[in-house]
Amino acid sequence: MQEFLASLVSVAFHGVAYGMILYVISVGLSVTMGLMGFANLAHGVFAMAGGYILTTSLDQWGLPFPLALAVAFVLVAAGSVVLERLLYARLYAAGELAQVLFTIGLIFMATAIARLIYGTLQQPVHLPEGMKGQFDLLGRDFPAYRVFIILFGASLVAGLWFGVERTRFGAMVRAAVDNRAMAQSVGIDTQKLFMATFALGSGLAGLGGALGAEIIAIQPSYPFEHLVYFLIVVAVGGLGTLRGPFVAALVIGIADTACKYWVPQFGAFLIYVATILLLLWRPAGLFGRAA
Amino acid sequence: MRHNGSYSASPRIGLLEWTPWIIGIAAFFLLPEYLSLGARILIFILYALSLDLVVGYAGIVTLGHSAFFGLGAYAAGILSARFGVADPALQLLAAMAACALMGLATGAVILRTRGLTLLMLTLAIASILLEVANKATSVTGGADGLSGIVVAPILGLFRFDLFGKTAYWLCLAVLFVGWWITRRLIYSPFGASLVGIRENHVRMVAIGSPVSRRLLTAYTMSAVLAGVAGALLTQTNQFVGLNVLSFESSGELLVMLILGGVGRIYGAFVGPVVYMIAQDMLAKQFPEYWSLGIGLLLVIIVLFARDGILGIIDRLVALVRKEAR
Amino acid sequence: MSAVLQTRGLCKRFGALTVADNIDFTLEAGARHALIGPNGAGKTTFVNLLTGRLAPSSGSVVLGGEDVTRLSQQDRIRRGLGRTFQINSLFRGLSVVDNVSLAVAERRGVSGRLFRPASQLSEVRDEAMELLRSLGMADDAQVIIANLAYGKQRLVEIAITLAMKPRVLLLDEPAAGVPSIETHRILDVLDSLPVQIGILIIEHDMDLVFRFAKRITILVNGATLLEGTPEEIAADPRVREVYLGERHE
Ligand SMILES: Nc1ncnc2c1ncn2[C@@H]1O[C@H](COP(=O)(O)OP(=O)(O)OP(=O)(O)O)[C@@H](O)[C@H]1O
Ligand SMILES: [Mg+2]
Repeated sequence: MQEFLASLVSVAFHGVAYGMILYVISVGLSVTMGLMGFANLAHGVFAMAGGYILTTSLDQWGLPFPLALAVAFVLVAAGSVVLERLLYARLYAAGELAQVLFTIGLIFMATAIARLIYGTLQQPVHLPEGMKGQFDLLGRDFPAYRVFIILFGASLVAGLWFGVERTRFGAMVRAAVDNRAMAQSVGIDTQKLFMATFALGSGLAGLGGALGAEIIAIQPSYPFEHLVYFLIVVAVGGLGTLRGPFVAALVIGIADTACKYWVPQFGAFLIYVATILLLLWRPAGLFGRAA
Repeated sequence: MRHNGSYSASPRIGLLEWTPWIIGIAAFFLLPEYLSLGARILIFILYALSLDLVVGYAGIVTLGHSAFFGLGAYAAGILSARFGVADPALQLLAAMAACALMGLATGAVILRTRGLTLLMLTLAIASILLEVANKATSVTGGADGLSGIVVAPILGLFRFDLFGKTAYWLCLAVLFVGWWITRRLIYSPFGASLVGIRENHVRMVAIGSPVSRRLLTAYTMSAVLAGVAGALLTQTNQFVGLNVLSFESSGELLVMLILGGVGRIYGAFVGPVVYMIAQDMLAKQFPEYWSLGIGLLLVIIVLFARDGILGIIDRLVALVRKEAR
Repeated sequence: MSAVLQTRGLCKRFGALTVADNIDFTLEAGARHALIGPNGAGKTTFVNLLTGRLAPSSGSVVLGGEDVTRLSQQDRIRRGLGRTFQINSLFRGLSVVDNVSLAVAERRGVSGRLFRPASQLSEVRDEAMELLRSLGMADDAQVIIANLAYGKQRLVEIAITLAMKPRVLLLDEPAAGVPSIETHRILDVLDSLPVQIGILIIEHDMDLVFRFAKRITILVNGATLLEGTPEEIAADPRVREVYLGERHE
C-alpha cells in the first residue's frame, strides 16, 4: 500500500512536469489555430529548434542555463516571424489541404536539416550543477530539475493568462478569436496581431522544447514523433482557449506517465483510445465551443 | 484534364485515358529488369487513387491513410503466414473485408469532427494500428516484420516468379479494376455529390443531402481500395514490415498525390511514377538531401503549383491553344 | 388562410447575448412576408432557427402543423422548407447548371446512385436548365460560379433553393450586394414565384420590401417590435425611431 501510494505520488509528479512541457509547447498551436484557422502541423519544428538551440548554447557557446532558455525563446520567435511573413501569410486564405501539405513540407525540411547538422542521435542536455541533484520530500527523491520545470511552467502559465486577460494585446487577441470580421471593423490590425501571436506561440514552443529537452529527447524525428500528442492537447482542450489545453496537457501528461509506469506493454495505445472516446462524447473538445 | 463528377460531364473514356495502360503494358516488355519497381509503382498508384477519392473528391484531409494500406497488407499476410491460406484471391478479399469494417468504424468516429481534430484522429488511428502491429509480435512479427508468407499461383495457373512477372500483371490488372470502379464512382451522381460536399459542405446540408452518410461511404470505399493496394504489396514482397503503417508512409503518399495533382484521377498515376522513379535514382545516394528536397518540393508546389504536374500541363496546353488562335 | 410556419416563444442565447427573444411568429400559406430590422437584430439567426441550422434555447418551430423543433435540417427540407443565404453559399468551382442540378437530384432522390453516370440522368439536367431559363439565366448555364457577376450569383442562390420546390421559402437579403440597377431583376424573379409558396423575405432595401411584401414584421434586439400591413408599418412612429437610430431603451 505504502509502496503504491509512493508510486502514485511519483507518477503524478513526473506527469505534471511532462504536462507542463506539453502545455508550453502546444498552447501556441491552439491559439494560432483558433485565431487564424491555420492547421500548422509544423508546430513541433519550433519546439525541436528550441531544444537544439538550448543544447548548442550550453555546449558550444557556453551560455549559462537561464540565458540559453531565453535565447531559445527569442531565436525561435524571431525565426517564426520570418517564416510567417514570407510563407505562412500567403496561405491564410488557402484551404486546409494546402496548409497541411505546406507544413508537412516544413517538417520534412526541418528534419533533414537537423540530421545534417546534428546527426540522428539524441542531444544530451547538460544541466547546471544546481539542478542536477535530487530534492528530498516526504522521504522520496524528486529530481530537482523537474521541480524547476513545474515551478517555472506554473509561473509562465500564470503570466500568460494574466497577460491575455488583462493587457490590451490580450483583449485584441480574444476579440479576434471571437469574431475576426468584427475585430477588423473596430480597427484592430489583424495582420500585425497574427504576426505577434504567431511569434509568441512559436517562441513558447521553442521555450517548451528547450525546457523539456531532458524529458522529450531532442532528435530529428521530434516533429513527426510528437505531433499526435501536440494535436491531442489542442483537440481535447478545444481551440482558441488557454485553459482547455492546460487541463488537457496535464491530464495527458499524467495519464501517459501512468500508462508507461504501470502498463508499459500498451504504450500510447490507451491514450489514443481515451482521446477517441472523449472526442466521440464531445467533438469540439472539453472546453471548445460547439461549432 | 480535370475529372469532376457532375451532371454535365460526359463519362466517355477519352483516348488519353488509355495511355497509362498502354505504357503499363509496354513497360513490361521494354523494361523487364525494372518489373519489381514497376509493380511497386502500380501498387502506389492504386493507393494514391484511393487517397484521391477522399482528399481530392470528398475533401477529407487525412494523415492516416496508411492505416488502411497497412491493415490490408497485414490482413493478407497474417491470413497466409498464420492461417495457411495461400490463395491470392482470398487474401485480397480478407484485406477488403478488414478495411471495410475498419473504414466504417473509424469513419463513423472521425467524420463527426472537422479540421485539426479530424487530422489528429486520423493520425491517432494509424498510430494505434502501428502500436498494435508493433506489440502483437506473435501475430504480426513486430519490428522484425511478418515473413513466411506463401502466395499460391493465381487461379492455380500463374505462379509468382522470381522476376516478378506474375506480380506485375496482377498489380496491373487489379489497378485496372480499381481505376474503372473509381472512375465510375466519380462520374456517378454519388461522385457529383461528393464534389458538392467538397465545394460547399454547408450548402450540401442545406439542399437536403445526407452529407455524413455520403462521406462515410466514400471513406469506406477508399479504405477498401487502400487495403487492396496493401495486400498487393504483401503478395509481391511476401513480407510485411511495420513501415506500411507509419506516418511517413501517409505523408509520402500525400506528396505523390499533390505532385501529380489532386482531384483529377490521373494525378494519382503521374505522382507515384515521378516520385518513385526519382526516389529510385536519388534517395539511396543522397538520403539526407532527399527528404530535404521532398520538403522543399512540397512547399514550392503548395505555393506555386497547387494543382500539380497535371495542372501545369493543363495550363501549358491552354497557353499553346491561345497562342495558336 | 392557414399557417404553414409558426414559432412559439422561440428563444436563442449566445452566452449572455439574447439574439432571439421569445418570438411568436406566423407565416401564412402563400404569404409575401417581410422581416426587417437593424443590423444585428437577429434576423439571420431567426432563419437559422427555423431551418434547424441552430438549435433554439427554448420554444418551438411548427412547420405545416407539425412540431419540427427536434428535426434535423434535412428532415425540415424534406417537409418543404427552403432557404437562401445572406452571403452567397454556392459551389464555386462548378458551373451554374451543375449547381442547380445538385439540388434537383437531391430532391428527386437520385443523388446517391453509385455506378450509373450522372449525365445519363438527363431529366435532372433538363429540369435544371428549365429552371434557369425561367429565371432568364439560360445563357449563363455553363459559366463557372467563380467567374459569374455577383448579381447573377444571387440569382443562382435563389435558383438552387427553388430547385428544391419548397412550400416555404426563406430569403435572407436576396438583393444584398447587388448593384441597385440590377435589383429589379431579383424583384422580377420574386414576383414570378408560384403564388402558393409562402415567402419570408429579409431585406434592408425598403423599396423592395414595400413593393413586394403584403405583411411586415419588425425585429429589434431579437424581439418582434411590430407586425402589420405595409401601410400600418409606414405610419408607425416607432419604425422611424428604430431606423433613425434613436433607440428607446
Ligand atoms: N454563432 C454566434 N455566436 C455568438 N454570437 C452570434 C452568433 N451568430 C450571431 N451572433 C450575434 O447575434 C446577433 C444577431 O446576428 P444576426 O446575424 O442574426 O443579425 P442580422 O439581423 O441578420 O443582422 P444583419 O442585418 O447584419 O444581417 C449579432 O450581434 C451577432 O454578433
Ligand atoms: Mg443577417
